[in-house]
Amino acid sequence: MEASAIIFYTISAFILGTGLLAVTTRKIFRSAIWLLFSLVGIAAIYFWMQVEFIAAVQIIVYVGGIVVLIIFSIFLTQNSGKEMPKTNWKRIVFSALAALFGFGFSYNLIDGYTFTPSTQAFNVPVKEIGRQMLSPTEHGYVLPFEVVSMLLLAAMIGCIVIAIKSPEQKAEEVALEKNEVIAKGGTVTVISKPEIIEEV
Amino acid sequence: MAVVPLSHILFVSTALFFIGMYGLFTRRNMITMLMSIELILNSVNINFVAFNKYLFPEKLDGIFFTIFIITIAAAEAAVAIAIIINLYRSHQSIDVEDATELKW
Repeated sequence: MEASAIIFYTISAFILGTGLLAVTTRKIFRSAIWLLFSLVGIAAIYFWMQVEFIAAVQIIVYVGGIVVLIIFSIFLTQNSGKEMPKTNWKRIVFSALAALFGFGFSYNLIDGYTFTPSTQAFNVPVKEIGRQMLSPTEHGYVLPFEVVSMLLLAAMIGCIVIAIKSPEQKAEEVALEKNEVIAKGGTVTVISKPEIIEEV
Repeated sequence: MAVVPLSHILFVSTALFFIGMYGLFTRRNMITMLMSIELILNSVNINFVAFNKYLFPEKLDGIFFTIFIITIAAAEAAVAIAIIINLYRSHQSIDVEDATELKW
């Protein structure tokens, strides 16, 4: 067995092991960390397949962006050291059966098909990626590129709209503050605060 | 070039896909379900790159699909986390069983 093959099988075992731990561990913060390892392993597979650009994008976007976002939201919403409630054993058994059956079925189909690999060498110059990404000719990807830019804009605006407070919520908060002042026995002097237009 | 046959890479990605599916079925916490979805999307990306490398090395289409999937996954995660945090504000819980208002 060549060194390259050994490296591949090691990385694969790493990805599958950490992925399995990420979906089975009962502490949510550990689950996020195992997911991080799994994503780093996938970036390593891209390096092994000699698509360095995708590997770099994977590390930047997934490891640097999405996992950090997930950890952020865990800290905002959960008691991160607490264990999650146990899942019903019936659900575990049937989910495992469904996953195993699906895996067996799919892999059976894949194994039965004989792929004929091309003998050509595979290299992806980043220059070529950039040229094809913005070319409007037949094999260019300028239309999906523009559509994705619209999608990102929509996602950004959507996040702001979801996170913004409605006028009723703001009014409630102001009322609460006033009540607190009265309860403390202070005089209510409504100081006109500089209004914060958008709280995000 | 082919020290590792294509079917072994497909084995890894298929296994990763079904690990993600198992997580999606068993977990009831929205953040962990989101993590499972990320695993599923990643397994698809491995498939695209592997097919591109082994079967059509003269083209770059698999690479482009992978780039677009990564972009869409980032947008999806951002929106999903905004929704989850908003839900936590109103329900004090991010368990899917507790968010049943839209259930018919």
